Amino acid sequence: MSGWSQHQGHVVALPIHNVDTDQLIPSRFMSTPRSEGYGRFLLHDLRRDAHGETHADFPLNRHGHASILVTGRNFGSGSSREAAVYALVDAGIRAVFAPSFGDIFAGNAINNGLLPARINEEEMNLLFQGLADTALAAEVCLEKRHLQIGDQRIGFDLDPGWRTKLINGWDDIDLTLSHRDEIDRHAQELKQRAPWIRPAQITKNS
Amino acid sequence: MTGTRTLLDKLWAAHEILQREDGASLLWVDRHLVHEGSHHAFGKLAARGASVAEPDLTFAVIDHYAPTRGRDRIADPKVKYMVETLRKNAHSHGLRLFDLKDPGQGIVHVVGPEQGLTLPGLLINCGDSHTSTHGAFGALAFGIGATEVAHVLATQTIWQKKPAAMRIRIEGKLGPGVSAKDIALNWIARLGADGAQGHAIEYAGSAVRTLSMEGRMTLCNLSIEGGARFGLIAPDETTYAYLQGRPQAPQGADWEAARAHWAELNTDDKAVFDKDILLNAEDIAPTVTWGTSPEQAIPVTATIPDPNTLTNGKAQGARDALDYMGLSAGRPIEGTPVDQVFIGSCTNGRIEDLRHAAAVLAGRKAKVAGLVSPGSALVKAQAEEEGLDRIFVDAGLEWADAGCSMCVGMNGDLVAPGQRCASSTNRNFRGRQGPGALTHLMSPAMVAAAAVTGTITDVRPLLEGRAT
Repeated sequence: MSGWSQHQGHVVALPIHNVDTDQLIPSRFMSTPRSEGYGRFLLHDLRRDAHGETHADFPLNRHGHASILVTGRNFGSGSSREAAVYALVDAGIRAVFAPSFGDIFAGNAINNGLLPARINEEEMNLLFQGLADTALAAEVCLEKRHLQIGDQRIGFDLDPGWRTKLINGWDDIDLTLSHRDEIDRHAQELKQRAPWIRPAQITKNS
Repeated sequence: MTGTRTLLDKLWAAHEILQREDGASLLWVDRHLVHEGSHHAFGKLAARGASVAEPDLTFAVIDHYAPTRGRDRIADPKVKYMVETLRKNAHSHGLRLFDLKDPGQGIVHVVGPEQGLTLPGLLINCGDSHTSTHGAFGALAFGIGATEVAHVLATQTIWQKKPAAMRIRIEGKLGPGVSAKDIALNWIARLGADGAQGHAIEYAGSAVRTLSMEGRMTLCNLSIEGGARFGLIAPDETTYAYLQGRPQAPQGADWEAARAHWAELNTDDKAVFDKDILLNAEDIAPTVTWGTSPEQAIPVTATIPDPNTLTNGKAQGARDALDYMGLSAGRPIEGTPVDQVFIGSCTNGRIEDLRHAAAVLAGRKAKVAGLVSPGSALVKAQAEEEGLDRIFVDAGLEWADAGCSMCVGMNGDLVAPGQRCASSTNRNFRGRQGPGALTHLMSPAMVAAAAVTGTITDVRPLLEGRAT
């Protein structure tokens, strides 16, 4: 994963609360190999009617080039499916601004270079009003933690560790393996202190 | 010991290998449960050329795509592909696989506890948000995404920031026909679907102590529907009685050593929680959802709320939900006709859930079609031994094999567009049970009541004079 610290694109409003991960990607698409791309599944059933025709007035249909979303509370709640983040990323979305995110979703986002930026409800409402159904040119700066739209600048919250990870594009496995000695020590100590912690019968069918 | 530590503090400290400068902890993982949906993670592992660090602590279960009928020949190529991919990954990494014909097969959050893989004091991860279920045993259990699954596979550890501590105490005695499901929908309706975000919830109080392990699992399972990645209940005699003799639980001297350790797994008297909520069990009625978020839940005796009376930006969401659900504000929820029912899922697919539903259905006929999918093959066998399957079949419901089934519809068990389903599952999200499906969440007993009358119905009168 490559890191990033600034992004220029277009921002749209999706003024809905509780956009759960079942909305972000319905489960019937989740057996698709990632190599085929998940962008076309993003918000599939909200963007299209039962016959597959797109709703012309849906924000992401109107502005297919948007790469920054402003949306409501509890975005990405529900299922842990990382496919929800794949759908956003593969559709070109780089940052989502919302008052709160599902805990699992936010972690998944960071692991895929997608920014889950927290803003307060007042700022959310101002952005909803200001954007209405347009798409405006905008810039996201991770270093300074702000979203710039014209001369308007909105700060956002992000865990400092997550910000570092996004900027550097770090892979956790590499970082973790640099602590291999401490991990081994913990595992050995645990085996001696509480041998009963391991499963009683290790039966394999391979 | 300072005497001010929460159960969360104790579990966290026991698993923390180190803490990073930014406050994230590297935690040791005692059990890792994988399923067909973990294919992205195995793909990531393969891309690195890495192997599973601790195959003996990693268990694979076929559940999300498990066919509930006709397992000998899987017709749907997508389902077949997902099942075979997990088989291949489990085989190549030497993992114990609970395959479709395994007597221990079932939903991962039913299988873990009933095999004794889930124990107090363990850290348990699974790429599924309902992993909070295992917290009912006093385990630190939480759902993770595919990148994190790959990380656990490769390292047997996970990076995580310690959540804030929250307690929900439920004091008093639940009324007849009221269950753990109703407690959960009740608190989620009060606090909101994001009410516990960033928190680990410890459930406590006399009403929790008197719950069976099945009830406690239902309660912890639904933590994520209120935003909490973790649910916790301190272990006690009920926990030990459930676990003793389970295949993978410690035995003999190990059992005694484990018991001595587990006795320490509780919150100290002087511990302080970041959020502390008190509920009165007597105030909780059988509860049903009317909308498309688990927070949109009301007592079955109540009327559907008027969106215009809702605050905190919830009015538009309520209007959209009523529009999708085809319901009108101000009308009683009771009496709403349903087209079908579903009993099952990791929330309510255990033996006690089936007993509760059967107690309502015994000697009665269902007015609508319905599917009963037990949470595991062992639950299925137990139910058949008790004759519960006959009660469901005689009532006109279909008795099927175990899996996630109609909770998420990945195996093809779907609710058709525009059909209304009374469901013992965990999510009433738009389209969760199938595109255009209309879901009402409720307890298994309430689902059975809906089957009997063909409408959303207060189960309590139907239970009068019956042993439950």
